[in-house]
Amino acid sequence: MSDLYLNAAVGGALTGLVYGLMALGLSVIFGVVRVVNFAHGEMMTGAMYGAILLAQAFKLDPLVAMAPIAIGMFLLGYGLQRGLVNSFVQRPEHTQFMLMVAVAIILTNSQLIAFGPNARNVQVDYALDSYQFGALIIDKVRIFAAIAALAVSGALFAFFRFTLTGRAIRACADNYLGAQVVGLNVKHLYGLTFGIGAACLGAAGCLLLLLLDVTPLQGPSYTLLAFIIVIVGGMGSLTGALLSGLLVGVSEALAGVAFDPSAKSMFTFALLILVLLFRPQGLLGRRP
Amino acid sequence: MSELLEVRDLDLYYGDAQALSGVSLTVREKDVAVIVGSNGAGKSSLIRTVAGIERPRAGSIRFKGVEIAGLPSHQVCELGIGQVAEGRQVFPTMSVEENLQMGGLLKRARARMKAGLREAYDMFPRLEERKRQAAGTLSGGEQQMLAIARALMGRPELLMFDEPSLGLAPSVVQEMFQIIRRLNQGGITVVLVEQNVAASLKLAREAYVLENGSIVLSGSGAELLADDRVRKAYLGL
Repeated sequence: MSDLYLNAAVGGALTGLVYGLMALGLSVIFGVVRVVNFAHGEMMTGAMYGAILLAQAFKLDPLVAMAPIAIGMFLLGYGLQRGLVNSFVQRPEHTQFMLMVAVAIILTNSQLIAFGPNARNVQVDYALDSYQFGALIIDKVRIFAAIAALAVSGALFAFFRFTLTGRAIRACADNYLGAQVVGLNVKHLYGLTFGIGAACLGAAGCLLLLLLDVTPLQGPSYTLLAFIIVIVGGMGSLTGALLSGLLVGVSEALAGVAFDPSAKSMFTFALLILVLLFRPQGLLGRRP
Repeated sequence: MSELLEVRDLDLYYGDAQALSGVSLTVREKDVAVIVGSNGAGKSSLIRTVAGIERPRAGSIRFKGVEIAGLPSHQVCELGIGQVAEGRQVFPTMSVEENLQMGGLLKRARARMKAGLREAYDMFPRLEERKRQAAGTLSGGEQQMLAIARALMGRPELLMFDEPSLGLAPSVVQEMFQIIRRLNQGGITVVLVEQNVAASLKLAREAYVLENGSIVLSGSGAELLADDRVRKAYLGL
């Protein structure tokens, strides 16, 4: 019995790291551009369909497709920010909300038109392989996905910490007027930020495709999941998003074993409510 | 000496409220131009408009003969106009060194980033001692040094100071004016906006009094210091 829980918890933690990467995208965009990307899950769904197309056309493994999909998503994200979102940055939140929801609805319905309502997935030939460590049995795909998610997150942390462009993006978030004063090209940096957030999503989408099916109507539930993870982890905290993704993954998996897989969201919401009650700034968030 | 900055008939509005009306002024190369005026007279608005942070409704701003009115701030900085903004505007969670690097990212200065850091630390040794420290934890005076050093990283030809003495201890204010004088002697043209009228007019070659968004008086610093209206309104004499 305890083996069952252990296996579920470890598997959930690995899936959770991929959730964390998805939420990182949301956190980065909100932390810098101060626009909440309500089309987050829908954009990721689009990336997942992109990976399916690449798998069909070129037999590309989603782990490999991660690179072109992330680059494609980066370009789309940059374009979306410069072409559409940028003119809404200074407007009230509800206007931004309507814009992003409109983007989400358009994405969902185009995906429905293009790919039909049925669930799709990619079959890799190691899909059913697993590693055994004593009583612990872990799916190969889950390990690969988690390692890749950690690698991408690590690269993102390093980018923000050590590169001049990454620091310039942090500067825009830290002091908008200050960034203008020293002559940073804020619009360009916002575009890069949105692109980077979208690239995280693209990578996360490819990794999730190893673990789950994709349907055109799944977008909103992933948007919601990303919000919960960001709030639990603490707004603007990148490590917080990763940690809380992990927690949500574990809680989903344990809920599935202890109750019923369909009860997993209940536990995620409970986690959110507990955090809002006892630590409203999030696990690693700073008090405003 | 030739004209470096020429502002003509500048109008700025915030919504329906007019902040600047018909402002004209000239700053010659290697001069110190001082703009004095009370709170809300439009001094900061003028600086922000020249810097490209606000867009004027009418008028022209020429820098080295090139029209820059309405250009975005990063392009204005790229031409060689630096700014030490009101309230210092450092990046509080970033280290002192990262703050300085942000000032040196302009294309005109990027290749000389290393040398720029060295010069900044030679000029302000205190910043070197604290280069790993978050800028938000510095004292007000240190933050002002950082804001100046950061602006210098962009290798400006014209440096605009917006209320650099605001909120600083009197001893630091003295130091601030000495730094500005030294920078000017080093060849940088200075535009200085100040409420500390006596100290700044002593530095000024060219001075302007701004009231309700318009220039009401101009002349050399010495002339304005001797002017009855200035002495009454701003020096309390």
